[in-house]
Amino acid sequence: MDVWSSLMDGFATALTPMNFLYAVIGVILGTAVGVLPGLGPAMTVALLLPVTYALEPTSAFIMFAGIYYGGMYGGSTTSILLNTPGESSSVVTAIEGNKMAKAGRAAQALATAAIGSFVAGTIGTTLLAVCAPIVVKFAVSLGSPSYFAIMMLALLAVTAVLGSSRLRGFASLGLGLAIGLVGLDSVTGQRRLTFGQPLLSDGLDIVVVAVAIFAVGEALWVAAHLRRTPLHIIPVGRPWMGKQDWKRSWKPWLRGTAFGFPFGALPAGGAEIPTFLSYVTEKRLSKHPEEFGKGAIEGVAGPEAANNAAAAGTLTPMLALGLPTNATAAVMLAAFTSYGIQPGPQLFTSEGPLVWALIASLFIGNLLLLIINLPLAPVWAKLLQLPRPYLYAGILFFATLGAYSVNLQAFDLVILLVLGALGFMMRRFGLPVLPLILGVILGPRLEGQLRKTLQLSAGDPAGLWSEPIAVVIYIIIGIILLWPLLFKLFRRNRAAAAPAGPQLKSGSSAPNEAGGSVSHASHRASGGDGGDGDGDG
Amino acid sequence: MTIVVGYVPTPEGEAALTQAIAEARKSNTKLLVINSSKGDALVDNRYAQEPEIQTVEDRLATEGIDHVIKQPVRGHDAAAEVLDAAEEHNAEMIVIGLRRRTPVGKLILGSVSQRILLEADCPVLAVKA
Repeated sequence: MDVWSSLMDGFATALTPMNFLYAVIGVILGTAVGVLPGLGPAMTVALLLPVTYALEPTSAFIMFAGIYYGGMYGGSTTSILLNTPGESSSVVTAIEGNKMAKAGRAAQALATAAIGSFVAGTIGTTLLAVCAPIVVKFAVSLGSPSYFAIMMLALLAVTAVLGSSRLRGFASLGLGLAIGLVGLDSVTGQRRLTFGQPLLSDGLDIVVVAVAIFAVGEALWVAAHLRRTPLHIIPVGRPWMGKQDWKRSWKPWLRGTAFGFPFGALPAGGAEIPTFLSYVTEKRLSKHPEEFGKGAIEGVAGPEAANNAAAAGTLTPMLALGLPTNATAAVMLAAFTSYGIQPGPQLFTSEGPLVWALIASLFIGNLLLLIINLPLAPVWAKLLQLPRPYLYAGILFFATLGAYSVNLQAFDLVILLVLGALGFMMRRFGLPVLPLILGVILGPRLEGQLRKTLQLSAGDPAGLWSEPIAVVIYIIIGIILLWPLLFKLFRRNRAAAAPAGPQLKSGSSAPNEAGGSVSHASHRASGGDGGDGDGDG
Repeated sequence: MTIVVGYVPTPEGEAALTQAIAEARKSNTKLLVINSSKGDALVDNRYAQEPEIQTVEDRLATEGIDHVIKQPVRGHDAAAEVLDAAEEHNAEMIVIGLRRRTPVGKLILGSVSQRILLEADCPVLAVKA
């Protein structure tokens, strides 16, 4: 089997001592940033990008993959022991996990989270290895109009579906697209948004943008909100599970995986929606519904499996189509470009060994994470005692060093500060960071596909819907954009039909709205901690 | 006049509190309990949480001592908070708990107790756990 032999080659590459070492570094770093609220894998990968220029691309990506998966494991520890989600995808875990910990079952909660993450991560990665080549086979037949449509869908869906406010989402997307426009026009060579500044004509380096928005913006935000009443970590021994816990956990793990992977793979899937869906499902199916809200193990097992499966799912469009759907994948995509690797469906053929080594390293990383997280979760939680000024001073130092080292230009530091201030203002006014970073990264590629389409059709805009897939996607985009309007209309009709008035109206729509509002609330919660930039939206 | 006690939820802190209660009863004065944190870390085990403070509150109430419990989180270190409180309330005595330290440990780590001992304007009673 082709996939099988490629994967085995991948394992051979990933298990060389150096690459294995990078995998270990990656998972350790990833767990650490996952545990700390506000820091996340996207920021870490962005900070490490300049440092890894000297490495083989394969080693760098193996490390990045470890960081990405590690963040998912680490987030649950903080959720359970501190009731503060380390990552936006662990928000749901905190609901039951912290209750379990308070009831003295922290060990079981940590164990089901870690083992569930491992199970889901392994199944998810297997699905990734199987699905990605199929998606590629399908994707190579697509032309520019379809790509343009798919990218539009990803951008609009991330902006409109996730986050608390569409207006803020679109404002953020607009900022991102504008930043992506800076530089020379790729076709005509005209200068755009350079303000007569010759140093801007190369465009803004994506590393500088990512480091500024994630690291500098976050550091400024934390500095502005430094004082907060400290909490205690709930004391816990070594994580373990009894027979009863296993029995109650394995089904939620599998169901969580089933929710997580497809949602992660969809453009605008992210990890928040599947974790929430998994929670609701477990609540409904549970044989112990009375325990929900008081610490039900199913409520930890399902969502934790879902977020790890979503992480694997996210990598499918990233590797197969060059389409990132969350912040970490976006930064990893930027990393591909900075290594001179063209992301897209041709990636599997042109960079086959790298891609398969990356996938193999995900399996290895998952196993490593289980080993370092299961016995050591309480130790990781000690990281939270670190005084944050030291932590953020270090991050700012690395951010500055990294931004300067990209081009060795002092001008980049000015850009870093300006965009860092922008990142701070965005957090201050509740603008999500994800649409901006996707706009910066996908914007130029979106433009490239648009220009190609229009060149092929000799400037006729009808070329944009010349492929059937493009038409289907435009219809989906239309539905997404018009959804709030349709929903309102639908509700009004129903309210008119039922004369019972406002009580019935709010009652009948409550289940639907609960889904939306809780996942939005989760965004806001993580935004409050300043962690939304690294959330997997 | 007041007696100020620096409280932390550790054996040292408990020893200091016990001693402070005895002193307050002896001189029949008000007891001011200070438990503070800089508030710059997400987790600080020396900052007493709700149940621990409740325990202290209950204990002082059953002992029948006129008391105030303060938990300032203002970015100052514990020594500064205790000294501030002592000055503000014109304290007649500060009670603190001491940890056993090796000379090397003393050299490496700065000490809250040392700063209080050196800078306080009133007598300081140091208790070992």
